[in-house]
Amino acid sequence: MTKRMGIAEALREAIAEEMGRDERVFCIGEDIGVPGGWGGAFTVTLGLEKLYPDRMIDTPIAELGFFGVACGAAMMGMRPIADVQYGDFLLLAADQIVNNIAKMRYMSGGQIKMPLVIRAPLGATGRGSQHAQSLERYFTGVPGLKVVAVCNAFDAKGILKAAVRDDNPVMIFEHKLLYGSKGARAESGAVDATSDIPEGDYTVPLDKAAVRRQGSDVTILGWLLMLHHSLQAADKLAAEGIDAEVIDVRSLSPIDYDTIGESVRKTGRVVIVEEGPKTGGVSAEIAAGIMERCGESLRCPVSRVASADVPVPFTPVLENAYRPDAERVVAAARELVQF
Amino acid sequence: MADGRTNAGTSDNQSERYERDFLLGLYRRMTTIRQFEEGVKFLFLEGVMPGTIHQCQGQEATAVGVCAALRQDDFITSTFRGHGHALAKGLSTQELLNELFGASTGCCKGKGGSMHVGNMSKGMVPGIAIVGGGIPVAAGIALAFKMQNTDRVAACFFGDGAVAEGAFHEGVNMAAIWDLPVVFVCENNLYGASTHVSKVMRDTNIARRASNYGIRGQQVDGNDVLAVYEAAKVAVEECRGGKGPVLLELLTYRLTGHSRRDPCHYQPADEREAWAAADPLVRFARVLKDTGAADDAGLEAVKAEVVRRFDEAVAIAKREPQPTLDDLTTDVFA
Repeated sequence: MTKRMGIAEALREAIAEEMGRDERVFCIGEDIGVPGGWGGAFTVTLGLEKLYPDRMIDTPIAELGFFGVACGAAMMGMRPIADVQYGDFLLLAADQIVNNIAKMRYMSGGQIKMPLVIRAPLGATGRGSQHAQSLERYFTGVPGLKVVAVCNAFDAKGILKAAVRDDNPVMIFEHKLLYGSKGARAESGAVDATSDIPEGDYTVPLDKAAVRRQGSDVTILGWLLMLHHSLQAADKLAAEGIDAEVIDVRSLSPIDYDTIGESVRKTGRVVIVEEGPKTGGVSAEIAAGIMERCGESLRCPVSRVASADVPVPFTPVLENAYRPDAERVVAAARELVQF
Repeated sequence: MADGRTNAGTSDNQSERYERDFLLGLYRRMTTIRQFEEGVKFLFLEGVMPGTIHQCQGQEATAVGVCAALRQDDFITSTFRGHGHALAKGLSTQELLNELFGASTGCCKGKGGSMHVGNMSKGMVPGIAIVGGGIPVAAGIALAFKMQNTDRVAACFFGDGAVAEGAFHEGVNMAAIWDLPVVFVCENNLYGASTHVSKVMRDTNIARRASNYGIRGQQVDGNDVLAVYEAAKVAVEECRGGKGPVLLELLTYRLTGHSRRDPCHYQPADEREAWAAADPLVRFARVLKDTGAADDAGLEAVKAEVVRRFDEAVAIAKREPQPTLDDLTTDVFA
């Protein structure tokens, strides 16, 4: 038996199950467990305060502070899940995340474990510049921090559970257009990211990419919303006789070059699709990693499809121009198969 | 004393109330810190010790007084100026020196260094060297203690400079609204690096801020080890009894530079002299003698023993193994 679920529900179920399994697990964040509230900005923790009233900790609006609190609690053997309402707010907490949470184990010579999950929604979604950024670029190069991105409900549940059980800090990025398209979560431009969730416990590894579509002509790499756009692009390319392989990079730090390399050696052509400005993006790191590991297999230069180097604009006409879409992925892939 | 310090709590020097061994233990610990700092300064200036150092000569009473009120399973957080806190919480001179020499046998295997000394088995998180960064972390440690239904307490050392950080406000506020068992210990030594407190806050009474968070605050003579101990003891007991948090402001002074080779030209000479006369070691020695707990010979013997042990530890630390290059990439992930 399976149940059809969206990402928000899958995350909620995963959190509830992990809190039931291990009483050291608790949630900390803003507006996450207020009776009569919303269960966080995107309903992920809706109602959990009824199940675990003592372990849903609503904080003041103080991201630096509560990430520090989560850090201290994790060091003492608790297993916090700390979330921000919008990924952009991670920058307020960056000192605690980068200087303490990620480094404490190393600085202590291995004395400390930091089992801490960080959840953050990303993506340009009609909210202007400060509730929209793609933050993964700022955290993928931080030693001591694992960074993952979930693009469907099955992964969301399994990755959340794996992250809670990991003894290291894990940052999970979610996309606002992938939570679901029903109720309070309905957003213009939302994409179906529901999955059939099996009964029973399962985890998804934190360090593995996933091949979402097999193909032989070109490898398209994406994550979060861009993975869905890449799959749409692959369908359009198939109509033109171009057979694209689509990989959900999923694990952004570390990057799974085994899975990516195998595909690159097969196709010899790579398009990397990233929401967020091209300069300094994760796609640059992946492109360099591919060059170092299997550059000899490339038939043509790596192509990147990313956003313009501008803040996220508000007006829909500009926001749509900013964010890569399937057409731009198709165009990039089409160009590569000329080689 | 500087402005605003006349009301600071003192111990009335009631040392008769304490066991002689307890008093001598405090003196030994303070002397150990002073010798450690003076010895390390020499090693550093000699060029045999790598890195940089931030020292606490003149602030021994704050570290020793607070930590004497804590159990081994209580935790402290510290700062870049943490040697004294470490020695007061029970870390050994040897494990600290080994760390400062970058040896693999240091308390953090040589990966922490002077600014990040700590030992979790002795209740000290590696020093958090971002100003104010330890304040929310200490609140989190206290939150864990509370959620785990223990009566353990966290004590959080920070300087006057940290009070200007947002982390102070956020951390103290969260500890307050959740009644967390944490003693916030502000060592007010009048200067954030070279900048005087009066330049960065209009009201330089830091303890008074506690009332804005709905918690108890207290200003204490931080160069009187018994006054610090007594204030800390009450605060720790309040925290254990679920009546925390508490903010203690310990008025003290740094008798050495902010960091290596700082000649302290920003400190007026008369101010320096007044505080040198209030040296916590000198003051406590006087108390011990006045109350008959020790005589000059006894105190000299303590010092001689401390110096001998320090010198032995230095000789050992210099021979300790350095990490291997394989250690570069270990301890990143559990």
